[in-house]
Amino acid sequence: MSNDREAILGRVRQALAPLPKRAEAPDWERELVVMRNARGAVDAAALFTERLKLVNGTPISSLAELVALFVSSGWRRGYCDPALAARLRPAFPPEIVFESDFDRTRVDDYQFGITAAVGAIAETGTVILNDAATSRRLAALAPWVHVAVVPRSRIHIDLPEAVAALGSDPNIIWCTGPSKTADVEGILIEGVHGPGVQIALLVD
Amino acid sequence: MKFQQIDEYAARLRPETKAAVHGGSKAGHEKRTKVLFDHYIDPDQLRKIAGEIKQHVVENLDTYLPAVEAKLRANGVHVHWAATAEAANQAVYSILQARGAKRMVKAKTMVSEETELGRFLEERGIECVETDLGEFIVQIDGDHPSHIVKPIIHKNRREIATSFERHGLGAYNDDPETITRRARVHLRHKYLEADVGLTGANFVVAESGRLVLVTNEGNSRFCLAATKCHIAMVGIEKILPKDRDLGLLLNLLARSGTGQQLTVYTEFIAGPRGPAQPDGPEEMHVVFVDNGRTDVLASECRDILRCIRCGACLNVCPVYRQASGHAYRSVYPGPVGAVLSPLLAGERFPAMADLPKASSLCGACNEVCPVNIPIPDLLLRLREKGKREGSEAAAAGTPAMGGWAVMASQPFAWKAALAGGRIMNLLPTKYVPVAALQAWQSRRTLPTWRGGAFRSWLHDRRKERAGSGSAAS
Repeated sequence: MSNDREAILGRVRQALAPLPKRAEAPDWERELVVMRNARGAVDAAALFTERLKLVNGTPISSLAELVALFVSSGWRRGYCDPALAARLRPAFPPEIVFESDFDRTRVDDYQFGITAAVGAIAETGTVILNDAATSRRLAALAPWVHVAVVPRSRIHIDLPEAVAALGSDPNIIWCTGPSKTADVEGILIEGVHGPGVQIALLVD
Repeated sequence: MKFQQIDEYAARLRPETKAAVHGGSKAGHEKRTKVLFDHYIDPDQLRKIAGEIKQHVVENLDTYLPAVEAKLRANGVHVHWAATAEAANQAVYSILQARGAKRMVKAKTMVSEETELGRFLEERGIECVETDLGEFIVQIDGDHPSHIVKPIIHKNRREIATSFERHGLGAYNDDPETITRRARVHLRHKYLEADVGLTGANFVVAESGRLVLVTNEGNSRFCLAATKCHIAMVGIEKILPKDRDLGLLLNLLARSGTGQQLTVYTEFIAGPRGPAQPDGPEEMHVVFVDNGRTDVLASECRDILRCIRCGACLNVCPVYRQASGHAYRSVYPGPVGAVLSPLLAGERFPAMADLPKASSLCGACNEVCPVNIPIPDLLLRLREKGKREGSEAAAAGTPAMGGWAVMASQPFAWKAALAGGRIMNLLPTKYVPVAALQAWQSRRTLPTWRGGAFRSWLHDRRKERAGSGSAAS
């Protein structure tokens, strides 16, 4: 395959050699790609909340509200990042069970997964997970309900800002609302392989 | 006169398939337009700049490819190169063999469709499961995708329910939600049992060595959360110079493809999983695939390598809407396919040379393209190439123009034909038994034939001018 490398690069050079000059990379202003109705926004948390609703996500601004949703929806058993459990557990009634490990052999036993987000994007209603901050990739994906715990101070206002803040984590994922498909006759169905309910709990 | 193959295919299409494809693509186009113009003051400016960025990459691949390779290696990624489809499949198979892997889950990669990786691996005893809902249905039906982002646009829920029943996924039920839930239950165990996850890449950033993957269903994420080894098959043209460029290209990709501001999952992968993370690949491979791309790069149609596979040109194309994707007889349908497929076909170009004619050259594909590819120009260049190479497929459906050429290049013959055309005025054309002609004339009147009138007007005018000119001097 090292032969293939030389062959491909040789053919690329040969193909480009006759060009009198190569196209240059254009300059562009970041303003160009900021959505018109996000321009000049200052309250990132308010914008994030509004936009997450637009993609059928569930923004929640207090722990009490989250607990009430769990109780009324009948979500009883799931995974919670142990680092978050200390803070969240006391607010939940005892019949709701938090597991501190995600056992992949019992993937269907977890109704919910609660993990930490590293940030969010207001303009698009996106939560950002990465390998360092989010304890388990599977726990944020396989259960029907995913709760991302988002620090208010880490909401990027728009996409260019979030791109600039990508950093060096080997795996970063932007999640924008529940997993969905429109493959069958163009009809929108939520909860395909990932969560059908995507919650963002905003914390200080 | 013979018809073009694509016309024959469209004529055979079942009415319900035609309606599904037409409706689906039209809705996709309308969503795209609304979202882009609602969100941006000048979306055309975005398309133009994105096109310039990608053209810059295409014309500098000789520096970008080694640069991205070095960055990937620094990130702990194994880099492989494959000049042909066979080499690409073999590269993937070697990685599987080295790990003793028997099961693979696959999130949509068009390159692997090109190389027919699934069949190659199945023949060697590897289970290879498609995980995108549409792709999964295509796989259990032994069918092919008919759209770049909506692979089963040509199927209705009843057909899908029948396939599910036949495949042992429960009793017949054609409710789309039930279909989706059944796929969810079936596929999550496939992910968890798999040894390797295979994906493509929407972009690879030279500056950071990040692969960027977008999905809505979360299937590629599940591949990368459940398996221990990630293989990405990537076309050599997929590079972007800088992370910053993602701010532009991601915004255009989702809006152009599905009318979303952003796809549900946008994943940035810069190597094997982090040290604190228990889930995901501890080993990562990127296979750069040529498979004809360097030929495209050497051709006068290299602009097509800018393509980011959004499918917007399919949705807007009047020919695609009538013919559906299978009519293009290749992995890439629609206007982009009409350019790319004959080029990637290599020696089989003459057999595919009819595709560049599957267009009215209306230009809509260029107007919606997020990287502003001048598709109609490229189609014309390929038509010329087809003609030059004497392709029979390219000649089908084109009236013989030899007689016309003789007439139009002999002044005497031309004048005689113009004068002789006056006989048209005496013919009762309304009664000619050709349905199309009668239908046309039911609401319109043919103008009077005035063949040669312009020539005599011009002749007289010249004379007049010459006369007045001499009087003045």
